[in-house]
Amino acid sequence: MKPFEYAAAASVEEAVALLADPASRLLSGGTNLVDLMKLGVERPSVLVDTRRLALNNIEVRPDGAVEIGATVTNSDLAAHPEIRRRFPAITQAVLAGASGQIRNMATVGGNLLQRTRCSYFTDVASACNKRVPGSGCPAIRSERDGYAILGTSSHCIAVHPSDLCVALAAFDAVVSFVSRDGAGEIPLVDLHVPVGDTPHVETALPRSALITRVTVPPASAASRSRYRKVRERASYAFALASIAAALEVREGIVREARLAFGGVASRPWRARQAERVLVGARADAEIFARAVDAELAAANPRAEETYKVELMRNLAVSVLAEIVGESK
Amino acid sequence: MSPKTTGSLTLKVNGSDRSLSVDHRVTLLDALREHLDLTGTKRGCDHGQCGACTVLIDGRRVLSCLQLAIALEGRSVTTIEGLAKGDELHPMQQAFLSLDGYQCGYCTPGQICSAVGVLQEHAEGWPSAVTENVAVSTKLTNAEIRERMSGNLCRCAAYVHIVEAVASVAAAQHEQQGERSGGTP
Repeated sequence: MKPFEYAAAASVEEAVALLADPASRLLSGGTNLVDLMKLGVERPSVLVDTRRLALNNIEVRPDGAVEIGATVTNSDLAAHPEIRRRFPAITQAVLAGASGQIRNMATVGGNLLQRTRCSYFTDVASACNKRVPGSGCPAIRSERDGYAILGTSSHCIAVHPSDLCVALAAFDAVVSFVSRDGAGEIPLVDLHVPVGDTPHVETALPRSALITRVTVPPASAASRSRYRKVRERASYAFALASIAAALEVREGIVREARLAFGGVASRPWRARQAERVLVGARADAEIFARAVDAELAAANPRAEETYKVELMRNLAVSVLAEIVGESK
Repeated sequence: MSPKTTGSLTLKVNGSDRSLSVDHRVTLLDALREHLDLTGTKRGCDHGQCGACTVLIDGRRVLSCLQLAIALEGRSVTTIEGLAKGDELHPMQQAFLSLDGYQCGYCTPGQICSAVGVLQEHAEGWPSAVTENVAVSTKLTNAEIRERMSGNLCRCAAYVHIVEAVASVAAAQHEQQGERSGGTP
């Protein structure tokens, strides 16, 4: 590991000032960053510790929106009574990820900014357009599998690994940040940018930005939401495919639909095509399948990932049916 | 002026204040084993994937291989060495012995510390990925124990007895609580 300076920032302003150094990195739980530093993928000269910044609260606003501080741990988020009752898909998404120990350390802000686990990205001996722009993408022609089928390009097919982001995308979460230009906010669905030919550019955040909180607006369908994750082990593994879903059905007609896919895309994937097919339609298995197919029409899998198309389809239909079944 | 890449901190370890001077790259695992001679905590994978390095910080189970020591000023760490009270083993340690919850023993300190953390989390009403309804608290079934302990790998596959050991401590604690509140279930 490369030697580095360490600063426990005492204020957001101090943290932002320290982030002016392009070789600086934010340290929160360290569950991704410290690992990447051990691998030599991240080589910061300065670590700016966020955990004294008093960003670790969850507050419910009078309008019902939930404000989640950036340094709230995964565990505290998942265990919060308001989240469990009104946004169960968020709790389920967090609990589906990592291990108990990691969830106790990892933070919301860090989860949003975590890097892909593509084995070429994490191997400094390998080419990787994300890690070394222009060096190539060995994944595209490799026999390794588990790559993305949506939002890929000829430069990068890596999957965004977060479970929490998928649920937040489904609920129209908004990310607040502070940078040298002052405070700003961006919808989570716009936080992670399309891969295009610049896979090394992952977010739309300005330079020196510090995420301060994530706000989840109220949604009537949210209390009947679900997050389900399909993977090769029963626990402690990344998704092959996952879904965050919420439906409001009245008199058999879908009034509100929220769908987001995980494990299959370069960034948390809000399934708007699918939602368009669902809203106003009769809630049955046939429409669920048609909706998901509409979303997956844009899928561009390699041979190694063809299975993900059918997997995602069946997963989505199953979860939507479960939500509707429980509403009866 | 050359950058400052080392620092000092005071850490409470198993009840005692310990002063450390460390390179910033030193993890808590390194500090415990190399600087403080507390070799009970094991280095399994060093990348946060196996759980062998699990300790408790302020009562919460965490992976010491991914914690930078310099970031832990003023925190309170409990390692496997700190669970017993003198010669009196912690109930979790005793359960692992009585129910044969280990073979080679390498993952065992991490398993025990993690299990202590699990019982605390469950006592606070935390749900898990296998909880039917995350809005309410749930019983600590074997399925719950397995899910909550999933971050602790055991290549000897002592899992069956590990789960029994954790379950036995949970049951004993549950009974004690029942007695304290007058025996009402």
